[in-house]
Amino acid sequence: MSEPLQPALQATQVSVGDELPLLEIPIDRTFVISTAMATRDYQDVHHDHEAAVQRGAPDIFLNILTTTGLVNRFITDWAGPHARIKKTAIRLGLPAHPGDTLTLTGSVTESADGSVSVLLDGSTARGSHVSGTVSLELNGGEQA
Amino acid sequence: MTTETTPLTREQLDPFAGKSCGPDRQSRDPIAQSDIRSWVEALGDTNPIYVDEASAKATGRSSIIAPPAMLQVWSMAGLLKKPASPPHGARQELIALLAEAGFTSVVATNCEQEYIREAVPGDIITASEVIESVSDQKDTALGRGHFVTTLITFTDSDGAIIGNQRWRLFRFAPPNRKPAAEARPPRPRPAMNRDNAFFFEGTLAQELRIQRCDGCGTLRHPPSPACGTCQSFDWTAEAMSGRGTIHSFVVNHHPQVPAFNYPLVVALVDLEEGVRFVAEMPDAEPDDVSIGLPVEVRFRQQGDDLALPYFVLAPSQPAGER
Repeated sequence: MSEPLQPALQATQVSVGDELPLLEIPIDRTFVISTAMATRDYQDVHHDHEAAVQRGAPDIFLNILTTTGLVNRFITDWAGPHARIKKTAIRLGLPAHPGDTLTLTGSVTESADGSVSVLLDGSTARGSHVSGTVSLELNGGEQA
Repeated sequence: MTTETTPLTREQLDPFAGKSCGPDRQSRDPIAQSDIRSWVEALGDTNPIYVDEASAKATGRSSIIAPPAMLQVWSMAGLLKKPASPPHGARQELIALLAEAGFTSVVATNCEQEYIREAVPGDIITASEVIESVSDQKDTALGRGHFVTTLITFTDSDGAIIGNQRWRLFRFAPPNRKPAAEARPPRPRPAMNRDNAFFFEGTLAQELRIQRCDGCGTLRHPPSPACGTCQSFDWTAEAMSGRGTIHSFVVNHHPQVPAFNYPLVVALVDLEEGVRFVAEMPDAEPDDVSIGLPVEVRFRQQGDDLALPYFVLAPSQPAGER
């Protein structure tokens, strides 16, 4: 199948202050439910609207493991398949519901010899859903 | 006004640090390509190293890898009922101690994952969780409580660490909670969607916003995507004055929903701009209400993210500070 690989991001191409390409994720019901299932999270608030309302939420909402996955996707969409994520530390904010668009933005805060840190935020129209820091190794084309 | 809580001492909290939360959880199956595929398709992650062997090798890896963020997925209990959590484990004891002191609510605040080695198909993952720390009492926007941090360590079948995950939960006493005798369940929340989001954004800003058709100028409520008069899909939300007169009203006695006070006046109000609106008059005595009386809108906050309109007889003093 292989399409040409996204070229490895080189340490020399990354500087502190660089902004990552923005990632917009339109969230619909299928997205909330299929990601909950794919993370083996069967808590009712992630797939059952009535149960979510009964527990005081306006609608079903994204689970935390999916938020972590989207944060990592945001990083590797930019850094490419060679990169290895070492650590993802997130702080959780407002829930994300069907109808929301989650917009991820971030910028490079540290870059030394291929070790990079990114400070990021993921917000919906209501405010911050997630914020945090990801540390990664670029592994720019060499064997790790 | 905050909920009564009992201060806990370090002597009560410190013994929990380092205690195991319960038995280890082992994934029942080895990591499988099909599970990885479901995950990448659901999340829309197109990184080829999760599904294509040649691409994974071209990046210097020996094979396809599992997405690092799936670290915790492999040992999730899924739909199996969990006998795993023993009623007398350290986690349960800590939850009970905090609940008894008044800290009954919980919210996850932080999640940190550290990836030591990239997991690959065939790995069998075991998760073991310990309580790492319990903070001193903290006052936050949510209320007063304690942060509880646990650390899950994930190992492979050789016992080598694949990664770990640090979870921080805030166990707190929600502020402004009514005493138990008056406690009532929260009011049912309205269904919100893209068609009516403008309305609830308005109520949060203490404005009663109504749609006006850009085509023919007709006001309409409740919110809808198209104008019932000219079928135009174009509209603008306008803030109303909030003043009107009672067109009609009912007094609800039954059935009683525990979230409301009864008897409950529900009024059909002719807003002065010329559109009709239904809302409660929770502070009105039924005998004081009659058709034609002037009313004014007020807004009541329901939690942090919702405010709902209600009406009071006009002229009147604002019913409350909220």
